[in-house]
Amino acid sequence: MTKRSTWALPYAIFLVLFVALPLILIMFYAFRDAGGDFTFGNFVKFFTDKDAIETFALSLEVAIENTGICILLGYPAAWILANKKLNKSAVTIVLFIMPMWINALMRTLATAELFNVLGFQLGKGTLLAGMVYDYLPFMIYPIYNILEKMDKSYAEAASDLGATPWQVFWKVQVPLSMPGVISGIMMVFMPTVSTFAISEFLTNNKIKLFGTIIQENINSGMWNYGAALSLVMLVIIGITSLLQDSKKNLNEGRV
Amino acid sequence: MKRFFAQCYIWLLLVVLYAPIVFIAVFSFTESKVLGNWTGFSTKLYTNLFTGDMQGSGSLMSAIQNTLLIALVAASISTLIGTIAAIGIHNMKGRGKQAITFLNNIPMLNPDIITGVSLFLLFVFLHISQGYTTVILAHITFCTPYVVLSVLPKLTQMNPNIYEAALDLGATPFYALRKVLLPILKPGMVSGFILAFTMSLDDFAVTFFTRGTIGLDTLSTYIYTDARKGGLTPELRPMITILFVGILALLIIINLRKARAAEKANAK
Repeated sequence: MTKRSTWALPYAIFLVLFVALPLILIMFYAFRDAGGDFTFGNFVKFFTDKDAIETFALSLEVAIENTGICILLGYPAAWILANKKLNKSAVTIVLFIMPMWINALMRTLATAELFNVLGFQLGKGTLLAGMVYDYLPFMIYPIYNILEKMDKSYAEAASDLGATPWQVFWKVQVPLSMPGVISGIMMVFMPTVSTFAISEFLTNNKIKLFGTIIQENINSGMWNYGAALSLVMLVIIGITSLLQDSKKNLNEGRV
Repeated sequence: MKRFFAQCYIWLLLVVLYAPIVFIAVFSFTESKVLGNWTGFSTKLYTNLFTGDMQGSGSLMSAIQNTLLIALVAASISTLIGTIAAIGIHNMKGRGKQAITFLNNIPMLNPDIITGVSLFLLFVFLHISQGYTTVILAHITFCTPYVVLSVLPKLTQMNPNIYEAALDLGATPFYALRKVLLPILKPGMVSGFILAFTMSLDDFAVTFFTRGTIGLDTLSTYIYTDARKGGLTPELRPMITILFVGILALLIIINLRKARAAEKANAK
């Protein structure tokens, strides 16, 4: 079986060509001007452009708010769904997971049309509401998964030792379910901060998010600036995933 | 009492979550061009969708074909590459294994827009004109990691002696691969294929950046352009409804079967 390790070679080459090289190219283009000379100009342009910075801040704000709302609405839902005493039906969890299988653009479009017909002013409110619509299932599912697999004897032990139900919830169940919450945060925050088409539908192009600016620049041939903006987004994503890793280590360390 | 409130919360959430889709489904049964305007029950939109008697139906049909074709080709190639790669990775050690696992994780962690932009820049850099081939290559890029991760656990769970035993009993390596290894890996390959297929069907951003300017449309990009032109083509309402009901039925059947199988296992 030892020679089998060479079987990974074609895929390794593929990964270098289609994953590593493209990411290096983002860096390459980000530090070039249109003529191909080295420059910091693209970043200077971004950090001195008030509109771009505001859009960037708004994207972060919307992503954080969306993630927060999804936790607040999703945690109780996941908790109820995972609790055999409160929920006996296997169909309800399918109903919550199913939107994950439907094209996000279609779901968003349906939501935007409904808001339109109900006479809501398309803007930041509908943007946030629509995002919650789109991403709530992605928060509920990982939390549900971890709550469902959780060993019930921990909670029983805590109440045997005199903890009130409230204490059992906050001191035992919530900390044990943190890995689920963190993967929920990753699955909601990352797509929200990088979205582009969704925000256009939900605000009727009134509000631009960071992803839209990247897309507009790439599509209008401003590759270098677009690449620089992508690099900024990559940094945000990198920081978020580091957060996840450090939390993971913490949890593993505890157990 | 507690149970009552819990059920209320769950169903309230579901009603709100499903309102837009139900709304689209209801209005797929009326002819009105404008959504939200009920002009009497009619199945005309459905007939239009199936007979192709609508504006721009040719491009919608070709978008659906493209979506399925791209998903099928990308998922098949991903399953092949991913399975071979998983066997290789399983037999690797140390730094090399770490490096390839790290690279394999990147497409799953990267937001779609970054994958899209980075591949766009790659094709620009290599002067490759964009179209079907680049879209399929891009889809293989973000699908294969899921196949690798579906197949790897099957390899770690496998008893390595089984394969050795086949060789000792006179099987050629290829025969042992086909008769011993492949059946063990098959469930992982199937779930990897299904994952890859749905990821590809669902994709919008990566396709958007790698399809070039030859007018190649998948369902997602078609809907995107259509909606930006001002409102949804009425015939998309029955299409969304059909897709939705189909997936719902499929998922409920799969899950009920799983639940029944689990019950049977428990009974034993």
